[in-house]
This record gives sequence, C-alpha cells and structure tokens, in this order.
Amino acid sequence: MTQRNPISGWGRQFVEGEELQPETLEGAPAVLFRGLGRSYGDSSLPAASSPTVVTTTRANRIIAFDPATGVLRAESGFSLADMNRTFLPRGWFTPVTPGTAYVTLGGMVAADVHGKNHHVDGCFGSHVRRLKMRVADGRILECGPDLERELFLATVGGMGLTGQILEVEFGLRRIPTPWIWQESEKVSDIDEYIAKLKEAAPRWPMTVGWIDCLAKGANMGRGFLMKGRWAQAHEAPARFPRELPHFTFPFTAPEVMLSQPAVKAFNFALYASHFQKKKVGLVDPFRFFYPLDLIHDWNRMYGKRGFTQYQCVLPDSAGQGAARRFLEVLTKRGGASFLCVIKDCGPESPAYLSFPRSGISIALDIAVRNDTQELVDALNEHVLGEGGRIYLAKDHFTRPEHFRAMETRLPAFQAVRDRWDPHHTFKSAQSVRLFGD
Amino acid sequence: MGRSLARKFVERGDSVAVLGRDLEELQKSQADLQARGSPGVRVVSVKCDLEAPETFRASLEQAEQGLEGLDTVVVTAGLFATQEKLEQDPALAHKVLTVDFANTVVFCEEARKKLLLHGKGTLCVFSSVAGDRARKPVVLYGAAKAGLSAYLEGLDHKYRAQGLTTICVKPGFVKTAMTAGLPVPPFAGDPDEVAQIVIEGIDAGTPVVYAPRIWQAVMTAIKAMPRFVMRRAKF
Repeated sequence: MTQRNPISGWGRQFVEGEELQPETLEGAPAVLFRGLGRSYGDSSLPAASSPTVVTTTRANRIIAFDPATGVLRAESGFSLADMNRTFLPRGWFTPVTPGTAYVTLGGMVAADVHGKNHHVDGCFGSHVRRLKMRVADGRILECGPDLERELFLATVGGMGLTGQILEVEFGLRRIPTPWIWQESEKVSDIDEYIAKLKEAAPRWPMTVGWIDCLAKGANMGRGFLMKGRWAQAHEAPARFPRELPHFTFPFTAPEVMLSQPAVKAFNFALYASHFQKKKVGLVDPFRFFYPLDLIHDWNRMYGKRGFTQYQCVLPDSAGQGAARRFLEVLTKRGGASFLCVIKDCGPESPAYLSFPRSGISIALDIAVRNDTQELVDALNEHVLGEGGRIYLAKDHFTRPEHFRAMETRLPAFQAVRDRWDPHHTFKSAQSVRLFGD
Repeated sequence: MGRSLARKFVERGDSVAVLGRDLEELQKSQADLQARGSPGVRVVSVKCDLEAPETFRASLEQAEQGLEGLDTVVVTAGLFATQEKLEQDPALAHKVLTVDFANTVVFCEEARKKLLLHGKGTLCVFSSVAGDRARKPVVLYGAAKAGLSAYLEGLDHKYRAQGLTTICVKPGFVKTAMTAGLPVPPFAGDPDEVAQIVIEGIDAGTPVVYAPRIWQAVMTAIKAMPRFVMRRAKF
C-alpha cells in the first residue's frame, strides 16, 4: 500500500524512500529509525539498498515520570517541544537542549546532541540512564552506562546504526524559574570573540554567539556573544513566559536572496541591530534556546537546491588563532552564509562517535551550489590539519577518506557495531556514503 | 485521534477512562496520560472491543466506577479500508460495516442510557465526511458513516431537551495511523488540530463539528453537486 515518497533531512536534499509511521515501535520492521528529520544531511535517510525507514514520531508516550527525582522515561518519538509544553510549566527542563525543540528523544540520543551548556554539562547522552533497544537479532534489551556499556556508548552518537531506540530514560532538571537571565555583548573581531567566549565559560553555564563570516580584514569575525543562566525567583516575573506566535516561511526562496550581496547586507543589518555594546536582561527560554523555531520551514529560505550545514570542532590543541585561520579559508573561497555560530566545547564524551571535544565548535549554513563539494572538501582538509572533526548530524558532503582520517575512534565504533549487527541491517544513506555499508 | 483528545482532556484537568482492545497498550497510554495530566486527574484503562457488543455495558460500567461518574463519552474508534479492498473481501466489508455502523450505534445506545440516568451529558462520536455524500472511493465506508451520522442526528433531536447533547464529528482527512499509506489530499489535518476543534465543539454543544473546519465548506460544495457530476467525478 505504501508508496515511495521523497524524504529529506533538514537541508532538503531529497531521496526516494518509503516511510512508515507506526504508533508502537516494538513491531516495526528491522530498518533505520528516524525522528523529526532535523539532522541536516543524510543521517536519517534510507540507503538506496534498503529504502524503508520508520518514523518514530507517533510513538510519543511518556512511560513514567517521577516528580520527586525528575527521572523521565518516554518512547523515543517523544519530542522536546512536547516535553517543554508539558514539563517547563512544572519547573523541569532537559539537562541539554539543541537549538531546536523539534527533535525526538531518539534523535537526541542518536546524534548525542549538545547545547549552549556543553562546556559545563556535556552532551545529552551523558544524562541518559537507560535505553530500551531492539537490536539486529530481534532481541529487546536495556542498556545504559552500567549495563551493556559498549552497546550504550556506541548507540549514543551512533546515528541509529547499532539498533532501534525504543525508549529513553534520563533525568530532567529543576529550574528556579522558566526565565533566562541573558547578557549579550557586541564583539568587534574573531580574536576578541574567542577570548570573551573562553573568559565567560567559568561564570556562565550557557554561552553561544553569532558572527558575520563575510566580513574580512580587521572586521573578520565581528558579531555578538550571548551568555545566559536560568533566572532566580527574585529576578523574574511570576508569570509563565508566553510563546511568541509562530509563522511559516511562505515559499521556497529564489536564488537571488542568497547572493553574496544579499547575505552581506543581512549580516551587516544583524550586526548593526545590536547597537549597544552590552545588553542585559530577561528573555523567555523559547527565544533564548530556539530562536529559529519561530519560523516554521525556515529551511525553505535556502531555495530549491537546499543547503547543508558545516559544523566542525577545532580542538584546544590547534592552539591560538584556530578560529581566525578557519575563517580565512572560508572567506578566501567566498562561502556566503547567514548563520555562523561559534560555541565553546568541554571535554569529550566516552561515547564512540560523540562529536564535541575540548575546543570550539563552528557551524555555518551553506546553500547548495555547484561548488559546495569543493568548499566542504577544502574546509575538511583544513580541519583535518588542525586535528578537528565534523558533526555527522549536519553532514551531507564529507568524503569517506576525510571522515576516516578525522575520526580516530571509528574502528572501535565499527567493532562494537559489527558485534551487535554483523550484517549491517541498520544503515542509512550516510553510513553507506561514509562507512561503505 | 483518541490519544490526542485524551491528552487535551487531562491537560485541562478532566479525568479520563481510556477504552480499547489491547490492555497492555492501554496501560501504557494510561501512564502517559497520568504523567501529562494536571495534578489530581484520574486516569483509568478499561478493555473494550468494538467488535464485541456484548462487552459494551460492562466496559462502560467499569469506566463509570473508575471515574466515579461519567459526563462525556467520546467514540473515536472505527475501521477503515479502501473501497478496492472492501470489494475484494466481503468478510472485511461485513466487518467494517458492522463495526462502524451497527456496533458503534449499539455502543452509543448503552452510553445514552448511562448519560440520561444522570440527566445530563454529552455523547461525541466520530463519523466522517465520507457519510455526507456518496462517492466512488468510499461507497461502503461512506454508507456506514452516513448511517451513523443519521443516527446521531436523530439522537440529538430526540434527547437534547432531556439533557443529552449529541455531537457528530465529521473529520476530513486526518494524518493518523488509520490513513497511513494513503495519498494525502488537500486540506489534510493533523490529530492535535482536530482534537482542539472537537473539544471546542464539546464545550459549546455544537451538534455537527467539521474538522479541520475547511471541510464544512468543501462538503457543502460536494453536497451541492448534481448527480451527473458526481457520477463522473473521481473523488
């Protein structure tokens, strides 16, 4: 009955496939699971040789919640947006959130997502206590940091390749108020930005910033840095913050909106809009954590050909000026991007393919053009030289030889995966591209 | 659909009994509703199979006891199969006609008696836009739903004065497990959106609720079409 339909990640690069959406996951066929499809590249897309995927979003029940400890167990299709709607008013919040609430628990585990608080709290996976999984031989089992540890560490950040994640159990955190105290500061170049970012780390649990990656020379890396923490009761109003009205990006944008002058003007306007040197005050958590969620389907802004996000981590070992060197490679090639975000990263997780490690992470959106492959190749070669690596959840264009050279933990991951799924029952378009499944 | 509605009920503080075929599944849904519900909300699960009319009374009784009273009964269950399948499989056709019409009506009769005993209550039943006008892709399913809609209208006429409000919900295409694999037509709704409209309908006592609302206009147009046009139409 089911037909083949175009399926894509958030970057709108489509493949043909068959998508099943069962209400319970136990009886689902042994194929790749996907959540809300917010990974940018091909990690949630079916491989050509196995064209069916199971979307988990209808399996979104809470299994148990303990209001004394905050421990929540839910089916893997339960979304962060749903969680925030249910638990934020009760004073609970996820220990780690990515930049969108439209992700499922299963996806958060599979990508081992991180947030503005990585330098303090690590990735989402380090807060997970138990996963209920179905593995390739059909067994349903539980794993966690102290139970089937190898499987657990390969599944966290493992992009759904070790088995199907059915349920996730982790601890929510008590928050003092549902408001964020934010300090936002304008910085005039990349070196100042990095210095301020590292300086803020011990004092602020959450930091993030935007930079104008088209500005060159003395202005290179101008932008602003936002620092935040949950507001205390005496600082915040008693009322619950109202979510702003959402609107939907109305059309697939024409290419002219993405030309270098247009993006330059946008970036300049954004930088100029922050005209005070420093802004301090309360913001609601929706705007703080999920500014882009206010615009549904904003990915259509990148036109018919879609886009990709390039995100890499440059380790502390790359030394001073790593961010500047990266931007030089980028601006020399003239990559236009509306979004360039630089975050602080804390220590690496023991999960085999978890992305962050001590250093800084740089993320930029790139509209897909004829030269996108060459641009990604050039950035990858640079990042490789700096000892960094890329984030699988964003990737669509990295070559397998580059990934293997960056990801020294890959053989260890593959060994565990081979033990649990010797025939690679669970594969994705991305695992075929990068791991040769 | 039932899941979306039940969640909205418990979130606003209503106690809910969920009825269904698979007790293990129901208990999971019960835990979900309990966790989502406002403090003090009571959630119970009761086994009930729309294919087994002899169980209806006992199931309703169990729900009533579990909740210590009953003021609203919502029926979302039903079977669906494409016209093609129903034509090929008479046993399936019989089952769909029985469940969607005869058994649903028998269930409503039991619910009607219970609610009228309290002198006040709402019976909200999911029929379908397919019952509004006979059409080629839903000849059999549409016939069952047409019968159900007619029954619900009759019930509303007869018992509203005695305190029983009957609400006939006519969903257009809603993206749920029931419609999985079907081509998605224009104006398709999602369950949460439909649930919101239905709850507003229940609160207001609206006898016929189209959801998404645009289907009221769509069906008005389709109902107005002359027979010779419908004979040629593919929808």
